[in-house]
Formats: sequence, structure tokens, C-alpha cells
Amino acid sequence: MTFVRQNLGGWGNCPVLPCAVARPDSVANLGAALTQGGQRDYIARGLGRAYGDSALNRDSGVLSSTGLNHFLEFDPQTGILECEAGVSFAEIIQHLLPRGWFLPTTPGTKFVTVGGAIAADVHGKNHHVDGSFGQFVLSLKLLTADGSVRICSPTQDSEIFWATVGGMGLTGVILSAEIQLLRVESAYYDVTYRRTGSLDQTLEQFAATDSTYRYSVAWIDCVARGASLGRSVLMLGRDVAATDLSPRLRRSPLVLPEKRIKAVPFNFPSLALNSWSVRAFNGLYYAAHGDCQKLVDYDTFFYPLDGIRHWNRIYGQRGFVQYQALFPRETSREGLVELLERITRSGRASFLAVLKSSGAAGQGMLSYLFPGHTLALDFPNTGRSLLPFLQELDAIVLRHGGRLYLAKDACMSTETFKAMYPRLPEFLAVKQRIDPEGKFMSSQARRVLGLGGN
Amino acid sequence: MNASATVLILGANSGIARALCHRLAARKYRLILAARRTEELETQAADLRIRHGIEVACEPFDALDFDGHAAFFERCVQKSAGGLEGVVLAYGSMLPQATTQTDLTAAKRVLDANFTSPVALLSLAANHMEPRRRGWIAAISSVAGDRGRQSNYTYGAAKAGLSCWLQGLRNRLFHHGVHVLTIKPGFVDTPMTHGLLNPKSPLVATPEKVARDIDRAIHRRHNILYTPWFWRGILTIITTIPEALFKRLKM
Repeated sequence: MTFVRQNLGGWGNCPVLPCAVARPDSVANLGAALTQGGQRDYIARGLGRAYGDSALNRDSGVLSSTGLNHFLEFDPQTGILECEAGVSFAEIIQHLLPRGWFLPTTPGTKFVTVGGAIAADVHGKNHHVDGSFGQFVLSLKLLTADGSVRICSPTQDSEIFWATVGGMGLTGVILSAEIQLLRVESAYYDVTYRRTGSLDQTLEQFAATDSTYRYSVAWIDCVARGASLGRSVLMLGRDVAATDLSPRLRRSPLVLPEKRIKAVPFNFPSLALNSWSVRAFNGLYYAAHGDCQKLVDYDTFFYPLDGIRHWNRIYGQRGFVQYQALFPRETSREGLVELLERITRSGRASFLAVLKSSGAAGQGMLSYLFPGHTLALDFPNTGRSLLPFLQELDAIVLRHGGRLYLAKDACMSTETFKAMYPRLPEFLAVKQRIDPEGKFMSSQARRVLGLGGN
Repeated sequence: MNASATVLILGANSGIARALCHRLAARKYRLILAARRTEELETQAADLRIRHGIEVACEPFDALDFDGHAAFFERCVQKSAGGLEGVVLAYGSMLPQATTQTDLTAAKRVLDANFTSPVALLSLAANHMEPRRRGWIAAISSVAGDRGRQSNYTYGAAKAGLSCWLQGLRNRLFHHGVHVLTIKPGFVDTPMTHGLLNPKSPLVATPEKVARDIDRAIHRRHNILYTPWFWRGILTIITTIPEALFKRLKM
């Protein structure tokens, strides 16, 4: 198996690091890459949608899983799909939505792999009702450091299972998984848009709608200050039964007409996104969304940015970092106010900011969400001034008992990580047991675990 | 096209063949996958069945086992529903030119895998289709066969032989309603070429793009397909350089 030196980045293109990449096209090749690859350590990588350095490994092995994307078994009665880890959500939707099955939960892009979704224990607009992706993984096959394949599930080798769900690929390579899909009658959602004038109103709306809407998310205007700090456009969604569709759509309720995909052809100059364009965009977005209700297809509802390929290029060559903070319900108001005020004061307004209420915590030892509110932001990479600013934000999050999301993080320090993830010792005990030599490692892991050389 | 028509894919687990299988499966052909690594074939077959809801069979196949070819082909015909509608030849083998210059066994292996074996298999396919007066044959040759270059001429010669043989076969079968497509891919980003090609180069195509072109060319009955299309232009230039000049180049 050949390892090729390549400069790799995450979706934020920050950082970009030299890695040795192998692209196995069979489980046998993957095993050979691992045993005879000659690299110091290895990390599996799917479609590279983690924003930071989760799937990077400076000067060492990266195992690309995109060639391992076979569907292995599907039961159309129960909706249980067994597939290899490199299968993408887009492929699952393409082939199984027409047969009435959809993903039980999905992040804001369908270009993620099943393996990556398990490793980051991803969440979506229905977290407050359904939990994160790990809840729907019935079992998985894990290639571990000793070369053996372990089948684990919530009942079999459950410690390894819950260390792997949310474990960022550090327990081994996920080869395949059995996942429970969601039965749907149509590819459409009934979406209500509600505009709020302040953060308090936004949080009230979440509280009032959490039990009545399966899907909810708020776009938050992070340019607004003072009394309108935290003003938002809430999007509240429900599944739609085929019988509730118009006669025209009812003819093929599960299939969308083909859409044209737009693409950002090259990296934009770094001036394209400045405080004026961001301010203008935020103001216009707020003004454009009045209260209304409409029928929206799944692609528009879940994946608005997938319609523009390579949208990350608008941040130019230097890239950007994503910052996703979670606050527990008790402190989320104060935490969000402090965070948003700090951001508006800095003039680093985020182009897109998304707020979401989260439900019960996943069982993964390093799973991200617990009940509260989570805010996702992006900041263009402005060089050296960015890190101290992010560290200030980290301190605010930490002070309110919150935490950051590993799938988005590129900068968190060892101390911050340890303070934010109290189940880390439990995770490390499992890792020590099945990977004593640290064969599975990423640049992010070296950073947050304080091992150096990230 | 008849909904239950069967297509045989020789060398089914190459990068291009895998992508082409999805294209053909989407047209609801029944597929017979043939390759040496049979365990992987079963995985591939399960994948195609689930995604496309078609019937897929697997048949172990060794391109260099000449004595086994007739029996192998007979098994495939048996497994097809009333004969083969299409045959795709997607295998081939490349060894470093330097190896084939000093090691004649290696040179023979390259010639066999890329020329003799395709001739043997496609003769069986042609003789099967000719009396039925229907069907198509699509074979992957190479742009390397359009002109001999010092860096790759053993492989190039085998592919040149194949391209020429396919021309003759096309001429013969045209009169019997059977179509022959010669495929000449340029640089394709597959697991086989990982590390040899820069996937970001504009000259390098994805297997999906190449498979889409092949699928279209089969069903529009094109004769010779360069994929991506601009390779036709590149090769026109390369083949028109006078030999007196060409021999001085380092290509």
C-alpha cells in the first residue's frame, strides 16, 4: 500500500499540514497499510468535512476511507443498513430515500461518511428530540491496533463501542456499521420561520417549541448589538406525510426534481469577506425572512450550503476556523450574551452563525452535546491575532461550564480540553487497553492530549 | 434495451470498472462481475444489489489462465438470462518499462495481460454475439497505444495491438449488428494510480467522469472514445510529430 505525501487541510483549510496518505480500496489493503505502512501512527479520514485538524496527521499516516464505500446489507422491512465506513450520507439518501428511508439525524452537509459521523458522534436539527448519530448505530466493526477486527455494540464490548462513538478515530479504524434509518413518507418538510428581536426571545422560542417541532435551528445575527443582541430567524420543521403534499408532488413524494449545483470556482481574495460584507449579509438575511410557513425539500432544509460546492473557498487561501460552543441550560443565557458581546466588540462578526437547543447527552465518552444551547460560528483566519481571541472565547465557555466540539476545533489547548471533557480518563483507559502504543493518533489528538508534535 | 439483459464485466474491481458498474446498474442491466479477487467481488455485488435493486452474479476469473477461458466464458453465458448483451473488458497490467526491457518474462506478461488475453476472451464474446446479431463489446485500451514512447512502449505496444485488433473486430461485427467500442482513457485517479498522479491536475479525471463517458459512448454506439475528450487533441498532436523529430524527444 502506497503512502503519498500530501498537504492536507480540514474543511476550514486551517491548518494545512504535510501528511502521508494511503487510499486503500479493500479491507485487506487497509489492513496491509496499517501493518506494513511504516508510518509512526495513523488516523482514518473520510470526506474531510471536520473543520480543523481532526483528520490530519502531521508527517504521519492518514488512511482515506473513501474507497471503502460499499453497502453491505439492507433490510427494507426494518430500515437497518449495514455499510462500510466510507459510504457518504449523500449516497444513502440517493439510493434509499426513494424507498422511504432517510438518515435518523444529519449534520448540515450530506458529504460526510458514516465512519466520520460515528467518530464525531454528529448531531443535527433534531438533537433535542432524537439525540446524536451514535444513538442509531446498532453495531460496528473496528480494526484495532493489534490487527484484529472487533465487533462492538451497546451490548457487546460496550466500553469500546462508546469510546469509539465520538472517539475521533482514536480507538481504531471503523470498517463498517449497522445503522437504523428513519422511515419517511416524503422528501419534504413543513417549515415555519419565526423572527425574534432578541436573544431572550430566541431562547424562549426554543423552549416553547422543543416539544412540538422535531427539527429546529436558529440563524443568529451576530452583528446586532444592544437590545437586539442575539436576534434570530428560527426555522422549525416537521416531517410531512405524503397525503399532505400537493397532488403534483404526491405523484413522486420521495424524489426531488434534479437541481443545478453551483460551485465556488477558486479561493476568493481575502478581502472578499470583510466586516462590511458580513454586516450587509447579516442585515439582509434578517430582513429577508419574515414569519412564514412553507414546504421545503430535504436538500434545502438540511443542506443549504451543499448547493454551493467548495463554499469554504469564500474564505480564501488562508482558510477559517469554526467555533462551536455548547452551554448548559442553566448558564446558557449569560454565556451566550458574554460570548456574543465579546464577538461583536471584536469586529470579527461571523458570516454565518447558528444556534440550536440540544437534548440529552449521548453515551459516547467524548460525545459533544448535553442539554443546553450550542452556537456555531466561523472566523476567517487572520493570522496571529486569532488564537488569543479564541482563547478568550474558550475562557468564557469554560467559565459557564460549557465545551467545544472536536469536529470543528483547530485551536483548543490541552488544559481547556481536559476541563471540558470530564469523561476523558475513562476514554483514555479504553485507549490504553486496546491501543497501548498509540498507533491511532491525529494532529488534533496530540494537541488536546498534550503529546506535542501536532 | 431489454430490462433483463446481462452484461459481463471482465476485471470488475478496477477503479474504472467499479464506477462503470454503477452506471450500467442504474440502467437496470443484470451484471456478472469477473475478477481474480473474488472476496472483494462479493462485497461489490452486494453493494450493487442494494443500491440499484438489480441481479448481480460473481465469477472467479484469471486473465492469464488461457486454458480456463472457454469454460469460464461458458459459465458466464449460462448465468446470463438468455445470452450476453454486453461485455466490458476492463483489466490490464502495467509494469515499469525498465523491467520489461531486461526481464522478458515480465515483457511477455504485459503483452499477454493487455493483448493476448483480451484477444482470447473477446473472440469468445464475438463468436457468442455474432450469430445472435445483437449486443456490444466495450474494451479499455489506452492512449499509450497511439504512439510508442521510450517511457512506456511495451505496454503501449500491447495496447496498440489491442486497439488495432478491435478495429478489425468492429469492422467484422458491424455486418452482424454487434457494436464494438474502443476506450482510450487518459490519466485516471484510481487506487492503482494513487501516488503516481496528482489528482488535482486538470489532466487527471475521476473514474466517475470516465465511467459516465463510457456509458454514454456504449449507448450512442460511438467507435473510439477518448476520455476525457481533450485527449483526442493531445494525441492528434503527438501522433503528427514527424518520426525524425519524435525520436529525439524524451517522452
